[in-house]
Amino acid sequence: MVGVEDLVHFRYYVSSKTINKLIQVHDRIFCCIAGSLADAQAVTKAAKFQISFHSIQMESPPLVKAAASVLKELCYNNKEELQAGFITAGWDRKKGPQVYTVALGGMLLSQPFTIGGSGSTYIYGYADAKYKPDMSKEECLQFATNALALAMGRDNVSGGVAHLVVITEEGVEHIVIPGDKLPKFHDE
Amino acid sequence: MAAYMSAGRSANAFSTHDFVPEWAQEEVSTGTTIMAVEFDGGVVIGADSRTTTGAYIANRVTDKLTPIHDHIFCCRSGSAADTQAVADAVTYQLGFHSIELDEPPLVQTAANLFQQMCYRYREELMAGIIVAGWDKRRGGQVYTVPMGGMIVRQPVSVGGSGSSYIYGFMDSNYKPGMTKEECLHFCTQALALAMERDGSSGGVARLAAITEEGLERRVVLGHQLPKFSNT
Repeated sequence: MVGVEDLVHFRYYVSSKTINKLIQVHDRIFCCIAGSLADAQAVTKAAKFQISFHSIQMESPPLVKAAASVLKELCYNNKEELQAGFITAGWDRKKGPQVYTVALGGMLLSQPFTIGGSGSTYIYGYADAKYKPDMSKEECLQFATNALALAMGRDNVSGGVAHLVVITEEGVEHIVIPGDKLPKFHDE
Repeated sequence: MAAYMSAGRSANAFSTHDFVPEWAQEEVSTGTTIMAVEFDGGVVIGADSRTTTGAYIANRVTDKLTPIHDHIFCCRSGSAADTQAVADAVTYQLGFHSIELDEPPLVQTAANLFQQMCYRYREELMAGIIVAGWDKRRGGQVYTVPMGGMIVRQPVSVGGSGSSYIYGFMDSNYKPGMTKEECLHFCTQALALAMERDGSSGGVARLAAITEEGLERRVVLGHQLPKFSNT
């Protein structure tokens, strides 16, 4: 059952000097946050604990779907108070690389790739046009970097540094691209 | 009309909600995707064809590319009524001006007429307009007059509710120095992507190329639009 899909899924976030939008909830599972940062941090803190506990009880690394479900439960049961969306991505033994999106009201959706946050509206067209299934790791990284650069170019609340995380069975690789090293498009 | 009273209703007997369906009370809007691209020798303009009143599609084959003069068009987005009214007024003003001058008007003139009207009546209007055309002095030009009444010339411009989704695509795929065919292809793709994501855009893609020779219009029907693997 070696994944026919790429061994790689990518995670990325844009952070200012003071805000970290990428949370590691387990060894091979990361969570990207959007919306109210306070809400998102509170939720991921609770989720991290629950996932860790679940993993110990099961005596095996958690499934990505389980982690996403934990977030979804928290979001759905507290939907009145919360205003945060998440993208959960990672690798597990059962299904390999996966991406789940947990939307504002608590919807959970599994997708081959997804985008989120305020800057995402500007890159729906680009993502739809450029994404193809079964990309290699380098292609994925290029796709993500370009998409981020385009969104940061248009969204006034996105900017600074681009972080990318590559999660595979072997481990986690963190790539950081400062704003001035991002690809430039004709407009700039 | 007989007074309408029934148990449980308030003294306000005349409730429009009961006589007219909800969609008929909504404003007619060209929630939309429009765009225009300059190339050497002219411009290419494009728009979707959906007009909505709330969730109802009032017209699925709308023509949002409106001629203002022989070589000048405008792409309309926002309130259908407002944009039609403004376009009619500018068409009149520009026609008169052209007769006075005894020569074809400049695109910049048309754009400024739009801008003056949109700025003066900015509180009343909901109109986002892209003016594009060809004139002898400066060739192909695109001017965008968004809501509020600003004017700026851009080599490529997108507008309407669907435009948000294609900024990234536009930034990455536009290159200066494209030919007319490349521009048409670029517009078709961009419109298709926006129409796929924006609920207020859809139907067919209408395109037009304006050059010194004249006007060439195209329609790309729904099933002929480019498809993308994720959608």
